[in-house]
Amino acid sequence: TVLITALCILLLAILANLYRVVKGPSSADRVIALDSVGINLIASIAVFSVLLHTHAFFDLILLIGILSFIGTIAFARFIERGVVIERKR
Amino acid sequence: MVILHLAIILPFLFAIAAPILHKLLPRVHVGWLMLPVPAALFAYMLSLIPVIRDKGFQEGTIAWMPSLGVDVHVYADGLALLFALLITGIGSLVLLYSIYYLDKNREKLVRFYVSLMLFMGAMLGLVLSDNLMVLYGFWELTSISSFLLIAFWHEREKSLYGAMKSLVITVFGGLAMFSGFLLLYVMTGTFSIRELIAGVPAIAGHDLFVPAMLLILLGAFTKSAQFPFHIWLPDAMEAPTPVSAYLHSATMVKAGIYLVARMSPIFAGEALWLWLVSGLGLLTLVYGSFRALKQIDLKSMLAFSTISQLGLVMSLFGLGSAAALYTGTPQAEFFSKATMAALFHLLNHAIFKGTLFMVVGIVDHETGTRDIRKLGGLMAVMPITFTIAMIGSFSMAGIPPFNGFLSKEMFFTAVLNIRSMDLYGMDAWGTLFPVIAWVASVFTFIYSMLLVFRTFGGKAQFDKLEKKPHEAPLGLLLSPVVLATLAIVFGLFPNLASYSLIEPAMAAVHPGLLGPGEQFMVSISLWHGFTTELFMTAGVVALGIVLFLLHKRSAVLNQPLFVKATLNKSYDGGLSMMDRVSHAITRVYMTGSIRHYMIYIFAFLILALGLTLFGQNAFSIDTSGFAEMSFYEGAIMLALVLASIAVLFVNSRLMAIILTGAVGYLVSLFFVIFRAPDLALTQLSVETVSVALFLLCFYHLPKLKKELVSLRFKLGNLIIALGVGATMTLVALSASRTKPFESISHYFLENSYKLAGGKNVVNVILVDFRGFDTMLEIVVLGIASFGIYALIKVKLKEDGLESA
Repeated sequence: TVLITALCILLLAILANLYRVVKGPSSADRVIALDSVGINLIASIAVFSVLLHTHAFFDLILLIGILSFIGTIAFARFIERGVVIERKR
Repeated sequence: MVILHLAIILPFLFAIAAPILHKLLPRVHVGWLMLPVPAALFAYMLSLIPVIRDKGFQEGTIAWMPSLGVDVHVYADGLALLFALLITGIGSLVLLYSIYYLDKNREKLVRFYVSLMLFMGAMLGLVLSDNLMVLYGFWELTSISSFLLIAFWHEREKSLYGAMKSLVITVFGGLAMFSGFLLLYVMTGTFSIRELIAGVPAIAGHDLFVPAMLLILLGAFTKSAQFPFHIWLPDAMEAPTPVSAYLHSATMVKAGIYLVARMSPIFAGEALWLWLVSGLGLLTLVYGSFRALKQIDLKSMLAFSTISQLGLVMSLFGLGSAAALYTGTPQAEFFSKATMAALFHLLNHAIFKGTLFMVVGIVDHETGTRDIRKLGGLMAVMPITFTIAMIGSFSMAGIPPFNGFLSKEMFFTAVLNIRSMDLYGMDAWGTLFPVIAWVASVFTFIYSMLLVFRTFGGKAQFDKLEKKPHEAPLGLLLSPVVLATLAIVFGLFPNLASYSLIEPAMAAVHPGLLGPGEQFMVSISLWHGFTTELFMTAGVVALGIVLFLLHKRSAVLNQPLFVKATLNKSYDGGLSMMDRVSHAITRVYMTGSIRHYMIYIFAFLILALGLTLFGQNAFSIDTSGFAEMSFYEGAIMLALVLASIAVLFVNSRLMAIILTGAVGYLVSLFFVIFRAPDLALTQLSVETVSVALFLLCFYHLPKLKKELVSLRFKLGNLIIALGVGATMTLVALSASRTKPFESISHYFLENSYKLAGGKNVVNVILVDFRGFDTMLEIVVLGIASFGIYALIKVKLKEDGLESA
């Protein structure tokens, strides 16, 4: 029940973040919100794995971590410079 | 394989050989090289006359597609022999004529003779085939080679128009005939005409009998230029004159008549057959003869005259089919006289019409025009041509002692006889037949006289002509002289052909009428006493002369009537209307907008899938076996739904992309909850990459088109979207309930370690149990990446490949 409560709280956090994604006045707000959605996802998957007594989802945690990092960096570059990958000269 | 097969193949072989022979012997006119073919075939056909008179037929077969019942079965009986003699005999004369008619240096002779040989072979194959499918093949080959020959001078627009028109009409009829043949096959299970005739009593009442008959008649009427399908024939006069003489008077237009004669043992018992064939034939007769009066071009006049004479022959075959109703009674012979007249006139018409076409060709050749208004007074300068033309025209008009007189008398006999028939309302309407026939004969008389006396008689007006007219060379005159001689010979000694040709042909048209060892009485005599027919002919001549002398005045009278009653306008209008309507229809639904096509696709999906399942009562929603829904599933679902709906209503493209990404991540969360770690991994990475790609596209969208407006709301789209969603939901819900077989997944679970040595079942399935799919998916990814590379790197310009 503790775990389920934790899950519920994480879910509320995700929903709140999603509200920011939808509402967010600027792009940066949305990117940050998505980043924290990703982190919340990591947390909820961890809780979920404990709930299911399995370690099959640990890869996923790592992957989400990497992806949300890369995604956020890419977004940041995009907002800053307009391109994600710069052409080598 | 018999000699008959060789006879059909020989023209085709020469068609192939013509270019080679021309290369080998470039100084010889190609026609001389081709001339031996029809001459030899004619001699061979002549040698068959005694065989067929005694034995009745000559046949042979080569297997072609035995499993389909299609074999090249040649069958020569009296009817086929009569046609084969016409084809080869007139073919030889036309070849001879064309050698002098077509200039060796100016014309593309090889092309001409290749097409002509193709046509000759096809026509021989048509009349000699017993198998309906082979007959159809040759039938279309005559259409195609005729198309090539009409368009021989393809740089002239009118030639192309005429060729196209004749192809459209005859192929239309040919296809109708083909379906008629298929219906016959459906009824009887055989393509052989022999077997069909033998099996007629069994199918006479069949539902498909009348449709088959109508379709086959459609083919015959279009080919033989019967009303209202006659319109292609006058336009086919753009062909070189030898072609007109051969195809459009003696052979191809008689293919339809051959078909009617060939099929009449099958269909003759039907009232519809009699009425259609003879009624339409008479209509064509009177219409064609009337229209021929008004032509100013000699060849058009002959074209309409051909139409009307074909109508005559057709109506005679229709009347002759009445004999089948009286099998075994003395009346049978009474009505079979009409068939005799038809066959005799068929022969006569080929002779005198061939003559006349050649004469017109000579006049054209020597004066440079065929316009009747410019010609006149050629009698003095072209006496031989005039004599031949006179014989041909008088024969066509039905004046003794030429052959046309006899067939016209026999025609009158037949239409008078039909009045005594007490079937199909003939006793009431039969009186119309002789009246129409008589009127048409008067018209025929007038235009025949016009043809001769406007061209050769009257005042000479040589200043209007392009060339100074003079007598034609001997070679050009040779063929028409032969034909004109034949016209007189058959006029004076009509019984020459009666037992050798006409009687066996009659026996072929009326196979059930004769007992074994019996023969039709065929005796045609020039003088047969003072009969009604003779007085009718006298009336025709008398009235014809009067009207001919008054012609100038009557021409003015019926000019408007003539202009109005033309079918070409409706043909041209119909074609252009079909063009316009199909254009308009295509424009209406082929908008070029993907949205519209998506609407069609989805609407069709809803209709096909939803309505079918609804109609079959396949929607059965039963929630009893469903698992309990947990709280977090519900929460993710809610988020998913919210995000999806939000995608529709956001204002900026960036928002839409982010929301789509959110949907993707939520789906991967579902994979987590439903215990699919591999799927969740893949889904996450793919979603990230695709969001990045979306952003890339977003950035590269052109500035101008960046419409940052909310998606256009359309009620139709909403309805369709809801419909598709509802349909698919219902299908999914219903499908999950019905599980007819147990799933095979337990096999994988049990054996993944035992057989494949892997604990990750999903991966084992991907690379081991079903590695084939994986390989092809890798190929798909490879193709996609190559495609993207090619799209970016290679730009196709007008002058070829150019790498950027």
